[in-house]
Amino acid sequence: MTKDDLISRLKTIVAPYVQDEEAFKSLTEDTDFVKDLKINSANLVDIILDIEDEFDIRLENEDMEQMLDVKSAMTIVTAKLKE
Amino acid sequence: MFHHINKITTSAVIKKMNKEDIISLLPYQEPFLFVDGIDTISESGITGYYNFKKDELFYRGHFKNNPVTPGVILTECMAQIGLVCLGIYLLKDEIRESQNPQIALTSHQMDFYLPVLPNEKVTIVSKKEVFRFNKLRCHVKMFNNKNELVCKGVISGMFKA
Repeated sequence: MTKDDLISRLKTIVAPYVQDEEAFKSLTEDTDFVKDLKINSANLVDIILDIEDEFDIRLENEDMEQMLDVKSAMTIVTAKLKE
Repeated sequence: MFHHINKITTSAVIKKMNKEDIISLLPYQEPFLFVDGIDTISESGITGYYNFKKDELFYRGHFKNNPVTPGVILTECMAQIGLVCLGIYLLKDEIRESQNPQIALTSHQMDFYLPVLPNEKVTIVSKKEVFRFNKLRCHVKMFNNKNELVCKGVISGMFKA
């Protein structure tokens, strides 16, 4: 999976939970889920659960704590897929 | 509803979480407590009930000279029993440690089928769909005295022990 593929799959997952549509349009690796996209904590959990389903991986509390932006989500998903 | 974060204060250390303990830990009181009792509770779900008294405050205004329980109150009743009571039960170990757990309603989707009138007893049946990362999502149904479905939907909340 290329980096662009991964970003695009994450973007599809995140889309329904975004509050700041403008920030979402210009999403990059540095986009922060809470600070930029204004996603609330309950929807962050939904995103984690959707990522698990989409990539068939299992995420733990420490992954959740680290998954603050697009880049860290990509890092964690990539690492889990290699396990 | 509990759009604002609510704090549950535990006055005593709980040794064993029973049905009465759960109700006493609820952060509500009259006129906004909509839980009379719990029939069954487990890791997978809860059944509880509430009897809408004929002198509930909201009947004066909803509707003029025609008291019908507002849908938001039915939703509140379902959230208090189906989500909050169950969440307290699921978090029982952490609540024993912490004296200050918090709850916030995060979303709900509800369909209504029948009105609930003053003096009606309703039974709420809630099934846990997911409880992970402190988020609880439940499928909740409300039945009237004739065991007819009054409303059903999905309610979610965040819990922090």
